[in-house]
Amino acid sequence: MNNLSSTTDATWHGASLELRELTLAYGPIEVLRKVSLRVAPGSTTCIIGPSGSGKSTLLRGINRLHEPQSGDVLLADRSVLHDKPDTLRLRIGMVFQHFNLFPDHSALENVALAPWRVKGLPKAQAMAIARQRLEEVGLGQRADHRPRDLSGGQQQRVAIARALAMDPEVMLFDEATSALDPELVKGVLTLMADLCRRGMTMVVVTHEMSFARKVADQVVFMDEGEIVEAGPPGAIFDAPQSPRLQRFLSEVL
Amino acid sequence: MDLLTILSRTFFDFPSMMEVLPQMLATGLVNTVIISLAATLLGTLFGLLLALMGISPSRWLRLPARLYTDLFRGLPSILTILLIGQGLARVSYQLFGPTPYPLGIFALSLIASAYMGEIFRAGIQSVERGQMEACRALGMSYGRAMRLVVIPQGIRRVLPAIVNQFIAIIKDSSLVYLLGLMTQQRELFRVGQDAAVLTGNLSPLMLAGLFYLIITVPLTHMVNYVDVRYRTGRRRLTVPQSGLKEVDEVRPPSGALITHPRIGGNHE
Repeated sequence: MNNLSSTTDATWHGASLELRELTLAYGPIEVLRKVSLRVAPGSTTCIIGPSGSGKSTLLRGINRLHEPQSGDVLLADRSVLHDKPDTLRLRIGMVFQHFNLFPDHSALENVALAPWRVKGLPKAQAMAIARQRLEEVGLGQRADHRPRDLSGGQQQRVAIARALAMDPEVMLFDEATSALDPELVKGVLTLMADLCRRGMTMVVVTHEMSFARKVADQVVFMDEGEIVEAGPPGAIFDAPQSPRLQRFLSEVL
Repeated sequence: MDLLTILSRTFFDFPSMMEVLPQMLATGLVNTVIISLAATLLGTLFGLLLALMGISPSRWLRLPARLYTDLFRGLPSILTILLIGQGLARVSYQLFGPTPYPLGIFALSLIASAYMGEIFRAGIQSVERGQMEACRALGMSYGRAMRLVVIPQGIRRVLPAIVNQFIAIIKDSSLVYLLGLMTQQRELFRVGQDAAVLTGNLSPLMLAGLFYLIITVPLTHMVNYVDVRYRTGRRRLTVPQSGLKEVDEVRPPSGALITHPRIGGNHE
C-alpha cells in the first residue's frame, strides 16, 4: 500500500497572499465588493458562505480566470495584478469542484502535461515529477488509468497532484469535495490537511464545516460579495457575531 | 419480351458491365479516390482554420468565417464547381497546364471546408469550459490550451460527422466531369456515363453506382466503430473497487487527523 507516510518529507514553501479591496463584476452585476483579505505564508484560510455569495468568484479573481475591476492582489508581498495572467497562474495552483481532468490523458499524463509543455521541462523529468506527485496522493498504482476509470475521489486527488506538479506557492480549492460520494470525501480532505501541515498556503472554499474548524487558521464568512466576518475557527463557529453568520451556521450545522 | 427481361437488359447487362470493368478500376476508381482524398485533406485543413476563426474572440476573424460558410454552404455544388472550374481556368492553366483536375479538387475542397468548419466548430465548442479553465489555471496560453487539450477532444467528438462529410465529397466528386476531363482523368461516374452512351445501355452506370456503394457503405459503418474507439480511447477493464477500500489509499502520517498540530486550539 502506498500511503503518505513514506513520502511526507517534502515541504512546501507557501507564499503570503493578500487581497486589497478587490472588486469584480460580471457585466453590470457586482459579484465582489471591495474584498480585503490576508493569508499568512503556509496558512490555510477556509471561505464559507451561502451559494451566490461570491466565494468561487473570489478564487477566480485571485488567479484571474476572471479579471477584477479594481483593487489589488499581492503574492509574496508584491502586487501581481499587472503581471501577465499566465505568469501569475504558474505560481498559483487551482483545484475545481468537477476535477476538470483531461479525459484523453492518463493520470500520469494529466499531471505531467503542464510541467512538460508549460514549464518546458524535459519530458522524462516531467514524468518523474508526475509519478512522484501521484505517489504522494496515494495513486502510484493507477498512473496509467484514464480519468473515467477512476472514482471521483481518485480523480480529485489526481487533480491535486496536477496542480502540485507545478510547485505552486498558493493552492486554491473550489469546493473540491462537493461532487464526491460521502465515503470518498475523507481521502481528499486528509490530503488537503496534510498539504496544509507541510507548509502550503491554501485558500479553500468549502462546505465541510468540520474541516474548516479543524484545519483552518482563518475562517472567512462571505455573503453577497462581501466578507461579513473573519477570524479563527473557534471565534467563527462558537461565537459568531453577525446575524447573517449566525443564521448561516444554524442552517448548515 | 416481358418487362423483367427489358429491365434486366437495361440495368443488369453483365457483358457490358464486364467490358467497362477494367477502365472502371484502373481509371474511374483511382481518380475518384484521388479527387475525394485530396479534396477532403484540403477541406479539413481549411475547415479547421475556419472553425478557429469562427470561435475567435475577434469579430474581424469571426465575420469572414461566417460569410464564407454561409456562401459556400448555401450555393449548389454544381454551381460552385462550374464557376470555379471555368472562371479560374486561365489561372489554373498557367499553374498546372491544360487540366481541370486541380481546379475540380479546389472547388470541391472549398465546398467541403464550409461544412467541415461548422462540424469542427460544433465539436470544439462542445468541449466543457472546465477543460479550458483547467489549462489556463495551469498557466497555459489560450493557443496552447486549444492545441494540446481542447481541439483534440473536439475533433474526436465529431469524427463520425467528418466521415459523413467524406462520403458527401466522394459523391460530389462526380460533378467534376462538368469541367471536361481528359480520358485518363475520368472518375467513376464519367467512365460509366461514357460507356452507357456508347452502348446505349445503362448497365455501366449501374456498375459505377455499385462502386460508389462499395466505398461509401463500409465507411458509414466504420463510423460507429471509429466513434466508440476514439471517443474513449483504449479502455482498461477494471473490477469496480469499493469506495471503502479507497479510503486506505490516503492515510495521514502517523495515524489520523488527531495528531494534526493545528488541532487542539492552538490557532493564532
